[in-house]
Amino acid sequence: MSTFPGPVMVASGCGGTGRELAAYADLVGLDLVTRSITLDPRSGGPSPRIVETPSGLVNAIGLQNPGLEHFLATELPWLVRAGVRVFVSIAGSSMGEYADLARRLSRAPGVAGLEINIGAPDQVGEDLFDVREPYHAASVVAAVRREFPGDLPVLAKLRPDLSRIVEGARGVTDAGATAVVIGNAVPAAMPDGRPGGLSGPAIGPIALRCVAAVTAELPDVAVIGGGGISSVDDARRFLDLGARAVQIGTALLHDPTTVARVRAALTREEDAP
Amino acid sequence: MAEAPRPGQGPLHVTGEVLATKKAGAYRHLTITAPGIPQRFRAGNFVAVDAGEGRLARRALWIHRVKESGAFGPTLDVVVDATGPGTTWLADRPVGARLAITGPLGRPFALPREPVACVLVGVAHGAAPLFPLAERLRERGCAVNLVVAAPDEAHLLSALEARRSARAVTVITGDGSVGVRGAVPSQIAEILERADADVVYAVGPRDVLRAVAGAAEARGAWSQVALETPMPCGTGLCQGCPVPVIAEDGASRMVRGCVDGPVFRGDRLDWEALG
Repeated sequence: MSTFPGPVMVASGCGGTGRELAAYADLVGLDLVTRSITLDPRSGGPSPRIVETPSGLVNAIGLQNPGLEHFLATELPWLVRAGVRVFVSIAGSSMGEYADLARRLSRAPGVAGLEINIGAPDQVGEDLFDVREPYHAASVVAAVRREFPGDLPVLAKLRPDLSRIVEGARGVTDAGATAVVIGNAVPAAMPDGRPGGLSGPAIGPIALRCVAAVTAELPDVAVIGGGGISSVDDARRFLDLGARAVQIGTALLHDPTTVARVRAALTREEDAP
Repeated sequence: MAEAPRPGQGPLHVTGEVLATKKAGAYRHLTITAPGIPQRFRAGNFVAVDAGEGRLARRALWIHRVKESGAFGPTLDVVVDATGPGTTWLADRPVGARLAITGPLGRPFALPREPVACVLVGVAHGAAPLFPLAERLRERGCAVNLVVAAPDEAHLLSALEARRSARAVTVITGDGSVGVRGAVPSQIAEILERADADVVYAVGPRDVLRAVAGAAEARGAWSQVALETPMPCGTGLCQGCPVPVIAEDGASRMVRGCVDGPVFRGDRLDWEALG
């Protein structure tokens, strides 16, 4: 069995703890990227955390999560028992934290892989290790790869920034990433000026352009694409450009059945003669 | 933390259809088919509905009533308070319009085991979930005292119907256009005293909920308050509706208003952090 995820994954931060999806999707074999987990719990930012813009949402969640300890004790075992393929998104305020997270998750039963959050829209404001330079992103990936067994995928999630994406994808792949995930929220501001990230159909074409650039220039790099996908046609656009899998995020907030729908449609296509 | 639903429970995501639409004061009442959702409804549940093309966040609406509508099977009544473009779009849905609906969502009101004296406080459209609650409580032999409040008559929800659902009804308006002039916070202690309340339920703005929870605690009554927090998804997926609660160990932590609420024990909310 391939350990590579896909063709459809739940994007980080849009699947709750995972168990809320049980009402809307078959959890068995579902590729879920968790919301980003940090070493210590984070209570997140103030309200409002999400505002609507035309065809998009701007969010400033502030990485709310229960911390690694609680995640390992309660959330992960539940998801594994339910048959979910759990890709743990990790975020750290230092290189050492990324390495710590990877080391401890390497010993956690049932983890299907890691996704390194190195493209958050507000890396500095959220007290994350500053990886705006591709060199730093590659260093984080190398540190994580050293601590996490080689046969499970390590995905590196990059911001869809056309001016840096090819260089970034090359760097993290050389450092040991199994695949690059292109399609994080785009840096934006909340109406009151707080830093946030824009996601949804509004950023779809931006992510698509970044995916196209990477698959064209780095044909050997495995790409997972996402950004504004809410239908099987949207997903197909990314796959047709060479993405090996897609992630669905914001659409789930609008229609929690989106992942099940797109997954079923793509699987039917695969099965067709 | 939310538990995974067992078969026959938990929320559904369905396409509903508007069967009737009626203006009532400042609000619009919609009667909607939502296959399967009415059967799972408990008082205090809400639904998340679409708010128009290109609007990705959903609107959370209290389920006001579940009723039999003959050929259509059980239907939902919701109350739309059109305060922005999304809710205005919703209020304008004509008969026959189709609507994506997710529900029933959220933790419902907890019901007392004993036939105790209950006071139900609803401000403006927040009174919507209290009518089905009143019915459940009356079935259990509870004495139900309903308080419906609003800034003015136009924002007072179904005061006439309130008299059918409760033993005693108190109407409070800010401008005195109907009932008693004033606001809930200054009158709640006396209302609880008069009803000899054991349990208090409240839905409305935070200052009202805080006053109600405080008054309940002062007389040793239980309180259950339902927060009207904007919920971008309503399903627990987005973490966009943080609510600070005080855990058993005394520590404050953030939970989600949609799946861990919207009904909370009044003594468990961290009112200072809630603002």
